[in-house]
Amino acid sequence: MLQKIFYIFVKIAVLFLLGLNVRRKELLPANGPAIIVANHNSHLDTMVLMALMPLSKLKDIKPVAAADYFFSSPLKAWLSEHVLGIIPVERGSKDRTNDPLEGCYEVLRQGKVLILFPEGSRGEPEQMTDLKKGVSFLAERFPDAPVVPVFTHGLGKALPKGSFLLVPFFCDIFVGEPVTWDGDRTHFMIELKERFNALSTEKTFAPWE
Amino acid sequence: MNLLTIHWALIGIWGVLCLASFIVFVISKRSAKNMSELVQRTVSWWVMVAIFTVSFLVSNTVSIIVFALISFLALKEYFSMIPTRRADRRVLFWAYLSIPVQYFWVYDNYYGMFAVFIPVYMFLFLPFVSLLTQQTVGFLRAVGTLNWGLMLCVFSISNAAFLLILPATETNSTGGPGLLLFLLFLTQFNDVTQYTWGKLFGRHKIIPGVSPNKTWEGFVGGVATTFVLALLTAPLVTPFDMIHAAAAGLLIPVAGFVGDVTVSALKRDLGVKDTGSLIPGHGGILDRIDSLTYTAPLFFHFTRYFYY
Repeated sequence: MLQKIFYIFVKIAVLFLLGLNVRRKELLPANGPAIIVANHNSHLDTMVLMALMPLSKLKDIKPVAAADYFFSSPLKAWLSEHVLGIIPVERGSKDRTNDPLEGCYEVLRQGKVLILFPEGSRGEPEQMTDLKKGVSFLAERFPDAPVVPVFTHGLGKALPKGSFLLVPFFCDIFVGEPVTWDGDRTHFMIELKERFNALSTEKTFAPWE
Repeated sequence: MNLLTIHWALIGIWGVLCLASFIVFVISKRSAKNMSELVQRTVSWWVMVAIFTVSFLVSNTVSIIVFALISFLALKEYFSMIPTRRADRRVLFWAYLSIPVQYFWVYDNYYGMFAVFIPVYMFLFLPFVSLLTQQTVGFLRAVGTLNWGLMLCVFSISNAAFLLILPATETNSTGGPGLLLFLLFLTQFNDVTQYTWGKLFGRHKIIPGVSPNKTWEGFVGGVATTFVLALLTAPLVTPFDMIHAAAAGLLIPVAGFVGDVTVSALKRDLGVKDTGSLIPGHGGILDRIDSLTYTAPLFFHFTRYFYY
């Protein structure tokens, strides 16, 4: 309920302040288990991807985010869990007794949709870094779940890391054909990376330095 | 219910739209070619005309807000399409904030401030905010492009809104709204007729280096059609006598053409086909209002000089 009200406001803000140019929205998975992987530039990424979904589906869509950031205080943890619906993942944990992806497995087991940012950090806005392999372990465990790449541009310009001032820009959201697990981790990661490369060269973006 | 002249003008516009839609419908049924873009474009016209009709009928204030929104969308499109510097995020933010201020001067009928706020105060203020970032690499390009965009998307378009609050005169009972309708209708109609004449009879390219599809036949045909239409409609919704109606009937199509190719030059420089994807079939909002960025200020000052 709280989440729905929050996302009604997010949808209005996204429509008015940003404005999205979405290509191939029909490729976004309507039902789980499925994994949406996107490049990460801004805190807006998760909210914009969630805002693309119908309100009734939101409870079944779970963004994965860093536990050290989003669960760092009780208030943040409560908002992350109840409003954003975040699944926490420990980054760079020394503790090897627990699988850090356990929460993600559970979501997929329940037939929900996972949103994952395999770059692992927002990093420098509008620059893509290497993809972390975590997503391949999820795909291996759930080979029937399609892995849908989504390339976004402009959200890092609107709200880059370290800034609190939202500056309106039109943003592009390019959804790609899903990648499926073929049994080989390296090959899977290369294919995913290539999918992102193809999406990011679909349009010439205005330089921003 | 008594229909005023302005209502008849709106009914006339809807009549033209229905007629045009019928022609498009017949063409798309008969033609073997894929006409989906033309159909999409026509559907978008219905939406745009509907938005304007509603805002016209509700109140001037609502119409001013609609124009402010158009400026906002156009400026956002412009900033999204040109190269910008990360350091200038704050400067862009201030540029956006100038939109409500500029349209407040319109609402407030404060002509002096309306006329100087962007060309003087924002012109001086934006470079100052930009230099505070202490990044001089690309400074000239940044302040140059920002100010041009602000003039084009906000200042120019706000001139159309300022027409709205011009009062009725003895010879023109419709006042400002009539003048705005005259400007919008002729500007947009001219776009369509130049395109149509060009499609039908276009042979000789007029400015191939900028816009390879524009032809002399399209230009002359469009100007002539718009000129005739201006003479026919001016007595209805404007205070113009025949000479001024004729002058406006030339000013609008010629300035509209220049505005159109100016935005084309910008797009060519940036290597993009459309300024955006906001209006299905048309492209971005700047693609739709490119002519208006030239016709609005010129027509406003023409009217103000001779009649107000």
